[in-house]
Amino acid sequence: MYTFSNKLRLSAFVLMIVGVLGLGYGFLAAPATVEEAKAMVADAHHGHGDAHGEAAQAHEEHHDASHDEHLLHQLQNKPWAALYVAAFFFMMIPLGVLAFYAIQRVSQAGWSPILFRVMEGITAYLLPGAVLVFVILALSGVHMNHLFIWMDSEVVAHDELIQGKAGYLNVPFFLVRAAVYIAGWVAYRHFSRKFSIAQDTAGDDSNFKKLFKMSAGFLVFFLVSESMMSWDWIMSVDPHWYSTLFGWYVFASMFVSGITVIALTTIYLKSRGYLEEVNNSHIHDLAKFMFGISIFWTYLWFSQFMLIWYSNIPEEVTYFITRIEDYKLPFFGMVVLNFVFPLLVLMNSDYKRLNWFVVMTGIVILAGHYLDIYNMIMPATVGDQWFIGVAEIGGVLFFLGLFIYVVFTALTKAPLVPKRNPYIEESRHFHY
Amino acid sequence: MSNKVIQAIYTDDDVLLGAVKKVKAAHHHIEEIYTPFPVHGLDKAMGLAPTRIAIASFIYGCIGLAVAIAMMNYIMIEDWPQNIGGKPSFSFLDNMPSFVPIMFELTVFFAAHLMVITFYLRSKLWPFKAAENPDVRTTDDHFLMEVAVSGNEEELSAFLKDTGAVEVKVSEKH
Repeated sequence: MYTFSNKLRLSAFVLMIVGVLGLGYGFLAAPATVEEAKAMVADAHHGHGDAHGEAAQAHEEHHDASHDEHLLHQLQNKPWAALYVAAFFFMMIPLGVLAFYAIQRVSQAGWSPILFRVMEGITAYLLPGAVLVFVILALSGVHMNHLFIWMDSEVVAHDELIQGKAGYLNVPFFLVRAAVYIAGWVAYRHFSRKFSIAQDTAGDDSNFKKLFKMSAGFLVFFLVSESMMSWDWIMSVDPHWYSTLFGWYVFASMFVSGITVIALTTIYLKSRGYLEEVNNSHIHDLAKFMFGISIFWTYLWFSQFMLIWYSNIPEEVTYFITRIEDYKLPFFGMVVLNFVFPLLVLMNSDYKRLNWFVVMTGIVILAGHYLDIYNMIMPATVGDQWFIGVAEIGGVLFFLGLFIYVVFTALTKAPLVPKRNPYIEESRHFHY
Repeated sequence: MSNKVIQAIYTDDDVLLGAVKKVKAAHHHIEEIYTPFPVHGLDKAMGLAPTRIAIASFIYGCIGLAVAIAMMNYIMIEDWPQNIGGKPSFSFLDNMPSFVPIMFELTVFFAAHLMVITFYLRSKLWPFKAAENPDVRTTDDHFLMEVAVSGNEEELSAFLKDTGAVEVKVSEKH
């Protein structure tokens, strides 16, 4: 049995408190009126030097009241978007792990059963994480913020494109769909954990077989719900834009983040003397998945980018034009973090067995996929007013603390190695 | 030094692996082992050095990428930068996304083909090569270990018999 070390528990609480303070500062610092917003932007421009200031001045003259209002909304959105990006990022990690877990169950993998309890521990965060995301979506639905402009009836009244989508993009249906996805995922997580623990003391393999069938069913549900979730929760912040492979793209991001977190948690537990039977072949396999899915993510990122860049159709290319103009460093930087770095570092088979190599790459991959979510949400909600400042870092720290607390509490609830799993012996002696 | 080798024939890969370990422990030099299929762990038991073909392949891939970049940069950007359907041909980076499929394919092409050719060269395989099989049964269901004779030939034969060989013969090696 795992015992939650006091040091780690304390760190989790400190992270949460610092995060709440950071987020609170972000909300307090957001402007309440148009004048305040203009003053904030003018301040920022002075800092940039004269050439930029003059350009801004020339630009200012074309400003009218609606532009100022737009700026106010962007600045008011900043702390909300920071909160939402971090909430979604940490929610998608257990969801990615849940998909990986179900795949391991269905494919009857012989190497991974020794890691099942680690995966189940991580997926414990799915319920609180998804509920927090749901709360943010519901708050958007009652107009506490302007994250989703299609929720603003004034905007919709003047926008025929959004009117045409109102049958799908309306708040009640949106929240019902979100509730259905979350219920489906959480139900699978609940029963998979239950049957997995019941199998430890069972006299036969009936729990194992039930779990096999349930996992196959879950994967079908997951594929549909994850795809729709990505349209709802992410793509709809840009309601004028659509992309067909978007669901897959978001999936690749959550899948590789989830696998990375499995590897990091496993290495942490092993370094603390738990999980003695996990050897460097298990780490090697996880690192291979990190490597392969990183490349898969890049393939989807590039496919989406290149198809739109190549055809250059005005109504869809604006998505990338705003990102390349206003977000050049985060947009291309994440490709380096998510592709070039893991490609060069994890290619060597020997490096994939070294814990510190996997940890280092894992941290880079997670930072890269945070930036990925950041690049999906921010351009539509805060536009060129983005900055990775107190609110953004506070959001990450808060959810990181909560994640650590929930996951490591769940790990103390059951033995770290499943007992009567039919493949556990093979997994113990796994060697590659 | 005599050119004599002893050929010990086995009929089971597990017995062969055990025999290899014993022969190594007794410090006899194994010249060669012939098997009908890959025996997992045999190279480790024999103490063979790991292959470096993956490193070679990585280098070939880098060469392929460089060839693709140099070729398209010269043709599309430097030699005749036409306006083709509005694609920006002012610099390589401007038009890079459309070159990526070719860059990728040439990297894979060079990495794969040059690695295979390297394998043929290093393992001395070509279409009209004379087979070096000392006993035809080793391609079907027998395993053959060749041990260099140094010192007492009888003693070595008896030792190999003990390791589970079904047949031991002394042969004059080329």
